[in-house]
Amino acid sequence: VKIRLACSVNDEAVDVLVEDYKTVLEVLREDLHLTGTKHGCELGECGACAVLIDGSPVLSCLALAAESEGRSITTVEGLAEDGRLHPLQECFADLGAAQCGYCTPGILITAKALLDSEPRPSRERISEALSGNLCRCTGYLQIFEAVEAAAAQLADAREARR
Amino acid sequence: LTRRTRVVGIPRRRVDGRAKVTGQTRFADDLTFPRMLHCRLLRSTQPHARIVRVDTAAAQEIDGVHLVLTGDAFPISYGILPVSHDEHALCREKVRFVGDPVAAVIARDEATADLAAHRIVVEYEPLRTFATPADSLAHPEPRIHDYGDHGNVHRAVALQFGDVDEAIANADHVFDDVFFFEGNTHLPLEQHASVALKDPDGKLVVYSSTQTPHYLHLALAKALAMPAAHIRVVATPNGGGFGGKSDPFNHEIVVAKAALLLDRPVKICLNREEVFYCHRGRHPVLMRFRTGVTKEGRITGLDLQTLLDGGAYGSYGVASTFYTGALQTVTYDIPRYRFRGCRVFTNKPPCGPKRGHGTPQSRFGQEVQLDKIAERLGMDPAELRLGMIAPADSLTANYLRVGTIGLAECIRRVVDRSGWTTKFRQRPTGRGIGLACSSYLSGAGLPINWNDLPHSGVQLKLDRSGGVTVFCGATEIGQGSDDVLVAIVAEVLGIDPFDVRAVTGDTDLTPVDLGSYSSRVTLMMGNAAIQAAERARDRLAAAVGARLQVPVDRLVFADRRVFDSEHPEKGVTFQEAVCIAEAQFGTIGTTGSYTPPKSAARFKGGGVGPSPTYSYTAAVVEVDVDPDTGWITVPRVWIAHDIGCALNPTLVRGQVEGSVYMGLGEALMEEQAFRRLPARLSHALVHKFPSMLEYKSPTSLDMPDIVTDLIEHPDPAGPFGAKEVGQGPLLPIMPAVANAVFDAVGVRVDQVPITPEKVLRALQARAAGKPARVGPAEFPAIAWPEPLLVAPPWEGGDGRASNEPQRASKRTVDAGVEAKAAVRS
Repeated sequence: VKIRLACSVNDEAVDVLVEDYKTVLEVLREDLHLTGTKHGCELGECGACAVLIDGSPVLSCLALAAESEGRSITTVEGLAEDGRLHPLQECFADLGAAQCGYCTPGILITAKALLDSEPRPSRERISEALSGNLCRCTGYLQIFEAVEAAAAQLADAREARR
Repeated sequence: LTRRTRVVGIPRRRVDGRAKVTGQTRFADDLTFPRMLHCRLLRSTQPHARIVRVDTAAAQEIDGVHLVLTGDAFPISYGILPVSHDEHALCREKVRFVGDPVAAVIARDEATADLAAHRIVVEYEPLRTFATPADSLAHPEPRIHDYGDHGNVHRAVALQFGDVDEAIANADHVFDDVFFFEGNTHLPLEQHASVALKDPDGKLVVYSSTQTPHYLHLALAKALAMPAAHIRVVATPNGGGFGGKSDPFNHEIVVAKAALLLDRPVKICLNREEVFYCHRGRHPVLMRFRTGVTKEGRITGLDLQTLLDGGAYGSYGVASTFYTGALQTVTYDIPRYRFRGCRVFTNKPPCGPKRGHGTPQSRFGQEVQLDKIAERLGMDPAELRLGMIAPADSLTANYLRVGTIGLAECIRRVVDRSGWTTKFRQRPTGRGIGLACSSYLSGAGLPINWNDLPHSGVQLKLDRSGGVTVFCGATEIGQGSDDVLVAIVAEVLGIDPFDVRAVTGDTDLTPVDLGSYSSRVTLMMGNAAIQAAERARDRLAAAVGARLQVPVDRLVFADRRVFDSEHPEKGVTFQEAVCIAEAQFGTIGTTGSYTPPKSAARFKGGGVGPSPTYSYTAAVVEVDVDPDTGWITVPRVWIAHDIGCALNPTLVRGQVEGSVYMGLGEALMEEQAFRRLPARLSHALVHKFPSMLEYKSPTSLDMPDIVTDLIEHPDPAGPFGAKEVGQGPLLPIMPAVANAVFDAVGVRVDQVPITPEKVLRALQARAAGKPARVGPAEFPAIAWPEPLLVAPPWEGGDGRASNEPQRASKRTVDAGVEAKAAVRS
């Protein structure tokens, strides 16, 4: 049975008919063609499908689309602003934090949620925050460094605005 | 003439970095096409059974089902190695493991396909199931396959280089140790996916998450009995491979067949459980090292036996078997050597190549045994190894050619950095430090299908915009091969990497590169790219030199300009240079190729192990072991890798750290283990935990600090002197952890993974006055074939076996072989 779903995705209003059993992940990838969000297990084990729902990181493979009615979803496609990449994206690209790039969208989203709530997290906090996102390529260290570098850039930008 | 490089050696953002951080990299499952259908496979629930009947009627009646396929549709076998074409896309007479595909449903969506697949009725007649190599060795019947050496032995090989028994008998000490390395799997984040379609002119196109589009191309041509020229394979960027996407897979052939029959695009994406059953990962290996050693700590001879649990199909297994015995000698000076390896079939998912392919298991045994040797001789393990390193520019006992070898420098570096001499055997109980070394191929010296063709080809197109497009069959699996390709072209032509567009992994558009396996891409593709780029540079130089009246040897290509080195202001832009050359010569396109040097080995089996050059690694691992629980934590790792030249140090560091990470996973927790379902169910042999939650792998919280040192002495065989880095740095980690655990608590765990439970068992054994060891007790008696006898180079050998009939050279064959491999059934 199809249901009507009205919500916001990457700050754009979305109004679609989707199968009632579908997860947020499936609606994003299959109905909205936002394939930046990945799947690695579809059981909530790997973190590849993380998106922000009303600012909080959520495993989209475990979230029913019907439950996001009226809410605001952010995916990796929504991280760039005004045609400019988010500092997390710039730092991940520059510092080798993305190898195959498959876990990257989920990690970027999780890292953004962290920096939104804790602007200058310690290495330990970053490691804790990302512990639900598996990466098989990097060994995580370049990811930690990229998050730290992005945090520093964001702090500098805040400083400059003051 | 050496000149400053402007791209090579400088840490850079990879050329595909932006695509990856914006989610725009298009993986196979991200592709959709109009009218696309979806495929699900029905897999065997029996580990070993004859298929009596497959009834698909109920599935075909379901609304939305377009096609149901069974083994009848796939009469032709295929496989990665020419000696083991033992797979059919869907099983025909029998199934060989739980997960073997029996039928396929193609429907309007995945849910419909899945529902229909489960309406298919398969009647099985169960056969005896072989769960372990011991089972398979003890019972030749029923055979899992009707080919192989005998019974359920897939392949048993024996090679002897000099009188090893005499060498061991004359040694001051003999060490005889048995080790076991449990299997583990790649666990790429991306699940395997493929989309096949018929293009408008009727040809087949397959997009797939494959590391080896060329071999998939050959397998499709053979299995579908189609001309290879009518098939296009596009390797989509892989979301991690690690060897797990190197075989041609049944699901790829099934969707190709379905797309041809239906004339509609057909997609399949495996679920995570299916990925575990696809496997092709690390072989479980039991091994026995009998080593003769002088009182000064030199090896006199090594007698190695390995027993590999191959699982249900051949895969790369014959090569894996040889690899368990190939690379011991390129690391250490071993004057006499015997290797005997045996791979058996069992009713489990097939094993194949995982990062390090066949060598990590025996590297573990060798490096732990060296630790025991040092302990017995009262020597420092670093000093012991420094005293036995294989000489540079030499042939080994088994005819592998060692070129540059930076192993001594690697060892000294990690010893210095880690404070080894003040820590080893001096830390308090529970804290330990361990050392191990390794080496790895920079590309296999022989192709999978033996022929005289290049292993890598590169084409360059230069156009009037100043843009350069580089075409190569190499496959981007996350390691950064596109970046290496582009960087080399940019370096030679003096332009920016972002001025170059890479087209890779597409059998229609790109010349063949054999694929992303055996750490071959940087060296082989890189050398081909240099050749193509230098040819283009020469054309441009000839035209520009004539125009500017400057001798070509004075022209410099740098900063997007071509100019006179003596009068740098005298020059043209790169774009002008291209136009000048095009005006003079016509369209500017060049090619480059790479073929490895011929091997010195001329005996059967000598095809596995040769490489243009070898990388070397040394690692020191620090551990904390809780003596009450056996729990192991790893606070720090120091690693030094002899890479020759780091083309992009950012990517190189990622490969080293990623290898350490994966090595720690193998050392401490990862197991591809199986169990029997209870008899009241089916008694089937199933994966213990085919999920990412329960198949334990390290998380961000488990990562130690890693201190990486790169040893850079350019190797003449590599592009700008580069050797491999994708696999070698993984290899020393597992033995270094084992050696560190011994240093910490004085017990030997001669078995991987080294879990707390095993440490605790060893500690309890010691407390009870028993040997402080956990590991296999013995190596079974195996009916080995008579070894091929090859005298080492220093005993007058010429690389041939004295007891082998003269072999016709297979290396004179031409393109015909590949074509024949494609059509032979």
